[in-house]
Amino acid sequence: MNAKDELGRLGEQLAADFLERSELRILDRNWRCPDGEIDIVALERRTLVICEVKTRSSGRYGTPLEAISARKRVRLRKLAVAWVQAHGLFYDEIRIDVVGVLKTAPGEFSIEHVRGVG
Amino acid sequence: MALARAHAMALVGVRGHPVEIEADIENGLPALLLVGLPDTALREARDRIRSAVVNSGETWPQRRITVGLSPASLPKRGSGFDLGIAISIAAAAGLVPAARLGGMVFLGELGLDGRVRPVPGVLPAAAAAVGAGFATMVVAPENAPEAALVPELRVLCTPSLGALLDWLRGMPRPAVAARAAAAQTAAGSAATEPAAVRAAAVLIEPGAALPDSVIAVSAAAAGPDAGAAPGAAPPGRDLADVIGQPMARRAAEICAAGGHHLMLLGPPGVGKTMLAERLPTILPPLELPAALEVSSIHSVAGTLPAGRPLLTEPPFCAPHHTATKAAIVGGGSGIIRPGAASLAHFGCLFLDEAPEFARDVLDALRQPLESGQVTIARSGLTAVFPARFMLILAANPCPCARASTVGSTCTCTPIVRRRYLARLSGPLMDRVDVKVELLPVGRAELLSDLQLAEPSQVVAGRVAEARTRAARRLAGTRWRLNAQVPGPELRRAFRPAPGALVPLERAMDLGEISARGVDRIVRMSWTLADLAGVDRPGTAEIGYALGLWLGVGL
Repeated sequence: MNAKDELGRLGEQLAADFLERSELRILDRNWRCPDGEIDIVALERRTLVICEVKTRSSGRYGTPLEAISARKRVRLRKLAVAWVQAHGLFYDEIRIDVVGVLKTAPGEFSIEHVRGVG
Repeated sequence: MALARAHAMALVGVRGHPVEIEADIENGLPALLLVGLPDTALREARDRIRSAVVNSGETWPQRRITVGLSPASLPKRGSGFDLGIAISIAAAAGLVPAARLGGMVFLGELGLDGRVRPVPGVLPAAAAAVGAGFATMVVAPENAPEAALVPELRVLCTPSLGALLDWLRGMPRPAVAARAAAAQTAAGSAATEPAAVRAAAVLIEPGAALPDSVIAVSAAAAGPDAGAAPGAAPPGRDLADVIGQPMARRAAEICAAGGHHLMLLGPPGVGKTMLAERLPTILPPLELPAALEVSSIHSVAGTLPAGRPLLTEPPFCAPHHTATKAAIVGGGSGIIRPGAASLAHFGCLFLDEAPEFARDVLDALRQPLESGQVTIARSGLTAVFPARFMLILAANPCPCARASTVGSTCTCTPIVRRRYLARLSGPLMDRVDVKVELLPVGRAELLSDLQLAEPSQVVAGRVAEARTRAARRLAGTRWRLNAQVPGPELRRAFRPAPGALVPLERAMDLGEISARGVDRIVRMSWTLADLAGVDRPGTAEIGYALGLWLGVGL
């Protein structure tokens, strides 16, 4: 596995732990379909949360949150619909979140959770 | 604090309008949204400001930032809002105390390295800032002399965004100062970057002298040919150079004294251009209110010489005959720029080879000639530029230009000759007060006139004296020059001596002059009376003025 993929996996694990600590129930992880992949699917009370995790080893090329472009947000919306259709479940509200994981020092990360981006 | 306000100035024509900049930082993906009718240059502010803030050693808020410019309906143009937007964001992010931004106006473009760059139009913006109740204006050092012209305004000149943030915080941060010192010792960057960029912000109290550092910066910006005002006559020009044309010199004197318009007709080489270029040398220097008005227009146009913000010489503007309507009366896509007519405000607008100008360009001058201002309407705004200039037209009698020489070898057919001067439309010529024909002169005439030609200084003295007489008579009115007095007022309050109008009545009966022509001739006769030092124009003045008006048989 590449170093960047390893960092990505680590970041997703950290993000999932973080969301669980913030009272979100994780429903699914790394769900794939022909259109792409959803990193984390979670439930916050009655709202379905589609969560994209972005991990960066440093802020040198911008912060993780900056890497979420408008196109990426559009794709996440499509994926959200695909997940709901694939599982035949319905929710009052669907929300798209982003979790940015930034390595600040060896073994130390700062995590930022932005709700409702799309 | 997630919301903060700062103020900037938008310019519509030569009038400044305060613009409130609100910055709101909310949770969300990092983005900078700019709303409130920005143009392209202003929209690009987003990218400039971010780099400027980061390169000033500050942290950029990684949030969703919305910047609103209000009034939202007023179109905002140019890069002058950069500084205000950056400061409002800095205040919203808690980098500077938002309470300190009250009563301040920010005007400047930001470089990617965080330096503050000068922008055009600072003088009218500063005047409007005082009118709107602001106490302090923040500008680039290059703009400071211009802003400091406005009394009652404190000017904070800042070379960089970092220096301004330090000033607003009330102290330089040690870390930044240390980094700056380190950069200075690192030879590479210190050599390319002027030390002034890292200098501190300087506050100039109203009426105080400019600090040396500011003078140094604006002098450096002025470059080697500093001091050359736009269009001002280069030194060494003198009316006495125009030998052999005493009539034309006299006509120029009359026009200068009363602010009348002048038409010079003659073959090439007789001195039309020479005479026109020397007209500014016999005009008195501008008084302070006029100088501020003229400087404001040139500030908006960006033609103000750096380091010499106040134009005290009457401007001289000589556009080429290929000029477009927008170049002459103002306009243009995007930013509405003042045209040559406004740049010549309180000075001379010289149209050499007048018949070669496009006809619609010449006719577009009729409105400013009548009203002294240019009104340009656009969707969303109307800009008004003052344009009270002395029009000087120069023309050849025909395309081959040999018509009036002795033993004429003119090859133009009568119809060609007629068409050539017909390009100057009747309504335009009706507004030109003095038409004078310059004839080619022989060697003997040149030599004899050499003793008669007076230097500009002598003529300027008579012009100033005549203008003083006119101003004394017009005291208590809005007008300063005879040419500015409107017709009804002229007929009511300023009547020539009884019976003096008889030649005009006869000329009008013959259809030689229009009713407007009568008014213009009476105005000129007042100027002649002022020059002669008599109390009111008599038959002699009226007759002379009628002769000048009819001039060459156009």
